[in-house]
Amino acid sequence: MTDLAPPAPGMLEDLRRRFFASPLQALVSLLSLGLIALVGWKLLNWALLSAVFDPSQGAEACHRAAGACWSVIAARWRIILFGLYPYEEQWRSALACVAVVAMTVLSCIPAFWTGRRIAAIWLAGTTVFYVLMKGGVLGLSYVGEESWGGLALTLFIFVATCLIGFPLSIVLALLRRSELPWISRTTGLIIDAVRSLPLISILFTFAIVLPFALPHWLQGDKLYRVIVGSALFFAAYQAEIVRGGMQGVAHGQGEAAMALGLSYWQRVSRILLPQAMRNALPATINQFVISFKETSLVVIVGFFEIIASGNAAYGTGEWRFAYAEVYTFIAFIYFVFVFSLSRYGAFLERRMSVGER
Amino acid sequence: MGSLLRNQKARNALLQAVFVGALGSLVIAGALIAQQNMAAQGITSGFDFLFKPTGWEVTFSLLPAKPTDPYWWYFLIGIINTLFLGAFGLVTATIVGTVVGLARTSSNDLARLLGRSYVDVFRNIPLILQVFFWNALITHLPPPREAHEAWGFALTSRGLYVPILNVHGLAFAGAMVALLAAIVLPIWLGRTARLGSPPEQRRPLQLAAAILALACAVLILFLGRLPDTALMNVPALRGLNLQGGLRVPPEFTALVVAIAIYGGSYIAEIVRGGFKAVGRGQVEAANSLGLTPWQVFSRVRLPLALRAMLPILANQYVWLMKATTLGIAVGFADFFMIVALTINHSGQTLEAIGILMAGFLIINLSLAALFNRINKAIALKGNQLRG
Repeated sequence: MTDLAPPAPGMLEDLRRRFFASPLQALVSLLSLGLIALVGWKLLNWALLSAVFDPSQGAEACHRAAGACWSVIAARWRIILFGLYPYEEQWRSALACVAVVAMTVLSCIPAFWTGRRIAAIWLAGTTVFYVLMKGGVLGLSYVGEESWGGLALTLFIFVATCLIGFPLSIVLALLRRSELPWISRTTGLIIDAVRSLPLISILFTFAIVLPFALPHWLQGDKLYRVIVGSALFFAAYQAEIVRGGMQGVAHGQGEAAMALGLSYWQRVSRILLPQAMRNALPATINQFVISFKETSLVVIVGFFEIIASGNAAYGTGEWRFAYAEVYTFIAFIYFVFVFSLSRYGAFLERRMSVGER
Repeated sequence: MGSLLRNQKARNALLQAVFVGALGSLVIAGALIAQQNMAAQGITSGFDFLFKPTGWEVTFSLLPAKPTDPYWWYFLIGIINTLFLGAFGLVTATIVGTVVGLARTSSNDLARLLGRSYVDVFRNIPLILQVFFWNALITHLPPPREAHEAWGFALTSRGLYVPILNVHGLAFAGAMVALLAAIVLPIWLGRTARLGSPPEQRRPLQLAAAILALACAVLILFLGRLPDTALMNVPALRGLNLQGGLRVPPEFTALVVAIAIYGGSYIAEIVRGGFKAVGRGQVEAANSLGLTPWQVFSRVRLPLALRAMLPILANQYVWLMKATTLGIAVGFADFFMIVALTINHSGQTLEAIGILMAGFLIINLSLAALFNRINKAIALKGNQLRG
């Protein structure tokens, strides 16, 4: 009896089949390999091999070296992460960031996915953040919003945007689906108008123009106005996602609920929303990712968030040349947050598609 | 009254009236307060300010601009700058996105790895950070005296210098139009039903049209030459600065590069999705018919993928168009920056914001309409079996 299966290809043969099957394939492989090697080596050389890590030698050592100057980060990381927050109190800012991250991680665990638990986590997390940052109670000294900055400010704007924008988006989606034509049309107009504008113009309007159109007692701090603007923008996009999810819920579901005599609120909160949110989950995570990246735009209306504090960190004195290192550091922070969120989104999508196969 | 409230129709009408009325009165109250505040500062509302001279300089303009020009002219300049930046950004982003997207769908593991790392890195860094980075990179380049020069191009801290033809601006624009015609005319001739002959017999006609349009372009350029100058205007060092050529300002270069890289990473995903949407059966059918790999790609996979991509691509283009407003972060005079400067200088807040909204609505709606037409024109006719 002879073995009819073809012999397993050797390693060389396997390589040939995978990368050099045709002249074109060979060309693509060689080009890619060359590019990977070149970029990889340059990056490695710049970031590690020729880099300067020791901050004690100051900026002079960096001028002599060919690689990155990480000593600027060692010297200025507190400005980048905490901005203008009082130096002795910066541990509070750090703890507040940890609280927000913990809150986000907790709300990513499926066991906490009931309306009440999510609400409890987010309220608790935001309260801890706010008390730590602002102080004035529990023996913490008072720190006004104008001296908040760096990563904590970025996170605060993001969290507050989601916290206001998410319920607002559900309200907007319900109003747009209303059977009363004037209500649905007006809401549709508002949503479409907001969606057609760039976020910067909305932030600019809320930060600089709105005080003109508000009575004095309603103006509030610039920070909160910008958060409301960014929440409105988030809600306009998220409302369309939620509406899409609602359209995916079969008609029979609502009719059955009606036949059972459930009231409107019961139908919405027990039948419609749970199923709609499930449909809308992947797009929702994507929207969170986008709005996290877009918090960076508040630098334009004059906030000292992480990019502005980065600009300040290299903008003065001896570190004037070290822009690449500072921006790389900030990009890395954003990357860690955004990449883990979007990986989580991909995981959720896989997890939910299991039931549909 | 009680019976009226129990009447469903009356209740619905009342509810709607209350809703619209509340929103309307909010807007009116805001406008009234704004008017009061502006009157207190001595600003008269209305659009009369459009015809007053601005009194400030604009940093970048394709059209002639001086501080005595009226506001409406500056708004026009802003819109043209935004469209100019958008056109460059969209085209470069599409090129980058197509290359990376093709790499991501390739059967080659190394190319896929490259494409994937590109997308993962650049999609996850905010656009504004990338704009700041490229702007800092360019402004930290050596000064003109020690510029990096190659083939007449020069990279300096004052921007990118490129050689240009010594022709009149209008002639250059005319030649561009003629060049565009050289591409569009043959395509139109090949597809139109107005000519009686079948499309296969139109090759000579198409060729003639292309050659004619090209000749027109050369002729316009020749007629529009500036007298007594060399054919090419190459940047050269004179004193401490580079003279001649065209200076592309750093902020414009930074914005185009950032939009190309960031937008490219999004478009790459759209391209990948488009190719993934092509049914396996169709590719297998093409293979079994004995088509070469190139034919399978160009006749089956690409046309089908393109149709799946277009609607999403249109959304992405609208989004990228809005992203050009980041110009204000690095001082590029786009539409939004002109509006912001107008508000600072003239105080005509509400009017300027209204113009901003109208401008973006028009740009976005026309882009969407254009893509809808393309989409309809190339949509597959009839009922197709999918899968």
